[in-house]
Amino acid sequence: MQQEPFAEVKVLDFSWGLAGPLTTKYLADYGATVVRVESPTRPGGLRVSPPFKDGVAGVDRAAYYAFFNANKYSLSLDMNHPRARDVTGKLVAWADVVVEAYSPGTMARWGLDYESLKAIKPDIIMLSTSSQGQDGPHASFSAFGIPLAGLAGFAHFTGWPDGTCLPLPSAYSDFIAPRFAAAALIAALDKRRRTGEGRYIDCSQLEAGIHFLAPAMLDCSFNGRDGGRLGNASPYACPHGVFRCKGEDRWCAIAVFNDDQWQALCRLCNPGWAQDPRFSTLLARKRNEADLNRLLEEWTLQLSAEEVMSRMQAEGIPAGVVQDARDLRSDPQFAERGYFWELDHPVLGRFPHLGQPCTLSETPARGRMPAPCLGQHTEYVCTQMLGMSDDEFLELYQAGVFGQ
Amino acid sequence: MTQHHDTDALLGGYRGLDLTDEKGLLCGRMLADLGAEVIKVERPRGDPARNIGPFYQDVPHPERSLFWFAYNSNKKGITLNIETRDGRELLLRLVEKVDFFLESFPAGYLDDLGLGYNRLSQVNPRLVFTSISPFGRNGPYRDHKASDITLMAMGGYAYMTGEPHRPPLRISQDQAYLHGAAEAAVATLVALYHRAASGRGQHVDASVQASLITSTVNAIPFWETGRVVLRRSGHYRAGLTAANQRQLWECRDGYVIFYFAGGAFGARSNAALAEWLESEGLADDFVRSIDWASFDMAMATDEVEAHLERLVGSLFQRYTATELYEQSIRRGITLCPVSAPSGIMDNPQLRARGYWTKVRHDELGNSFDYPGPAVRYTGMLEGCRRAPLVGEHNREVYQGELGLSNEQMVVLKQGGAI
Repeated sequence: MQQEPFAEVKVLDFSWGLAGPLTTKYLADYGATVVRVESPTRPGGLRVSPPFKDGVAGVDRAAYYAFFNANKYSLSLDMNHPRARDVTGKLVAWADVVVEAYSPGTMARWGLDYESLKAIKPDIIMLSTSSQGQDGPHASFSAFGIPLAGLAGFAHFTGWPDGTCLPLPSAYSDFIAPRFAAAALIAALDKRRRTGEGRYIDCSQLEAGIHFLAPAMLDCSFNGRDGGRLGNASPYACPHGVFRCKGEDRWCAIAVFNDDQWQALCRLCNPGWAQDPRFSTLLARKRNEADLNRLLEEWTLQLSAEEVMSRMQAEGIPAGVVQDARDLRSDPQFAERGYFWELDHPVLGRFPHLGQPCTLSETPARGRMPAPCLGQHTEYVCTQMLGMSDDEFLELYQAGVFGQ
Repeated sequence: MTQHHDTDALLGGYRGLDLTDEKGLLCGRMLADLGAEVIKVERPRGDPARNIGPFYQDVPHPERSLFWFAYNSNKKGITLNIETRDGRELLLRLVEKVDFFLESFPAGYLDDLGLGYNRLSQVNPRLVFTSISPFGRNGPYRDHKASDITLMAMGGYAYMTGEPHRPPLRISQDQAYLHGAAEAAVATLVALYHRAASGRGQHVDASVQASLITSTVNAIPFWETGRVVLRRSGHYRAGLTAANQRQLWECRDGYVIFYFAGGAFGARSNAALAEWLESEGLADDFVRSIDWASFDMAMATDEVEAHLERLVGSLFQRYTATELYEQSIRRGITLCPVSAPSGIMDNPQLRARGYWTKVRHDELGNSFDYPGPAVRYTGMLEGCRRAPLVGEHNREVYQGELGLSNEQMVVLKQGGAI
């Protein structure tokens, strides 16, 4: 086993929610020492949101938090305690990277803005991730991710043409921004190694998220058009949709883009369709799309979603089961690629922690540690990483800095 | 026009070849935006991604694809037919000079041409070779045919999107490949970072399907802890609260998204909304009886939720989406409008931050607003260069870089290599 890419990198993570911790996840999974600083009195949203082990709420019982936070240490710290700075100063001096996701201005109130960090550690790299960026009239407006997915345009493009627009099922831009933020962060680390200089990085989830709608945004700026929701249709493929299969709420997605795929689909489902003038060309199929979808669904209804997928794939037609959470957990592709790290969590027991979607041939990401319990590593971080003496730690502990 | 591979840029000095199609174009774009010199390698008549709409003024033409523009800005472009011998030779010579190589061909295609990872890493042991594919390069689905909708299905997001009584839904703008390409960009940088220590490149194998799992948030944790499958819930919200909570609300001229957040996080926003209801004469004794600081909406019953929904619904009906958003910002309520692209272009926050970036398209006789930097950082490169024309940088790369003569260029052109 080679040394991990970020084996020497130390990350001080003040972030909470999803966007920040997902950004530091890349660093943790590829070997960095990531210390999450967590509030004992106001723990982050993932620690207080369901689902919990046995349905009983508790910060260390939150499976949501555990799923996304393998490989990290947790230090509990009451940031509003008068002596919190005794600890944060040491943490900053220790760190290469500081990540935070508070509303703009919060870090400055704690004396932890970029200029202050630089005074302690001149080559520090700092990332602030927020809903809408560090400046501007709406900077301090804290919108959660689901409303933000409306502001960023995704809800406008989701829904059926005969219905309303629809909210997305998750805080969508929370999952987009971390890629852009992590790319900038790693590039900054690389630059620092070459030049010795740190950076400040400002990631706005709104601004990053819009890049996933860039063609639609250009359609507006070049053509003055707003576009809209298409259900499951595609402007240039037919049939193209999600088709009901045998069983309760089981579906398979099918997409036919060219003549070869169409001919293959006819061979598989109904050779008569190939001769039918309603369906012989893409333009004809688009005109009679509703009829074709109905006929195809009559065929898919006879089979399980898995069977539809495998028969379609055998003919070279793009098709995929609409997988629910149970399917994802038993997906043979994820199993083969080791995507879920089964780690022994102190409270949850053996629990799948999310891995990395890319496989690196020489330095693959690894699940080294389960997600931490809140404050699990407070003493370890202070004494082993920051070099506090036992007395020093005990004194701060008794002063209540760590919240106990 | 800004110089885009300034050595001061974060990735200044790094160079790469981008042989991806629509599955991977964003990866190279992200690296180019951070200052790497990214050369898009297209087949001689232009990349198939140039056929993807929408098109400027709705005229389908390879130099008018807005999809192409969106994900190839800041790159250079050359043409090369790697299915010819000369083309392969040229590619190998270029591979010697670059740091990373991005591809999204079907499994085995490059190996069959003698241009797979093993061969290229012999030519350049420091090369980071990144593959972006629907399911990754190993596993039982490695050869499965895929598209955006089949991947949104296999990655778990479609099942959760849509209305309970209708089929699962995809987002109407292609998304799946963007997730995969963005993951690949991060992983490519991990490998480049590692290379500085190890001296060696490696193979980065990105799976689009896997890249979609983070977006399913707590679906897998719910299954894992209680064997609960989170389903699509339309205008409501599943999984985080005891009651079904409305998320999508009709207002005077459109829709807004708002929900009563639970716990301490929601307390402030919920109390502010109650105050607004009061000032509009819509609060009743029930609303007044709630102590919002301690009331946890996550635990509220369906009756409570339905009662509040009636009152809040009538408040929202009184205003436009813009008015509601302005009020919410002032009052600290976690509400956002459902914006269409034109609304996003008018968004005052984005305007104030100077988000929109003018990009010159001399060939189209105009400049156009593009989405600006996805992240900002000290010393960031300003501005953005339009996507390359077909073969725009052939001369610069083949003659300037590889030293081919005019005569050789003519031969290669006629031989169909470039």
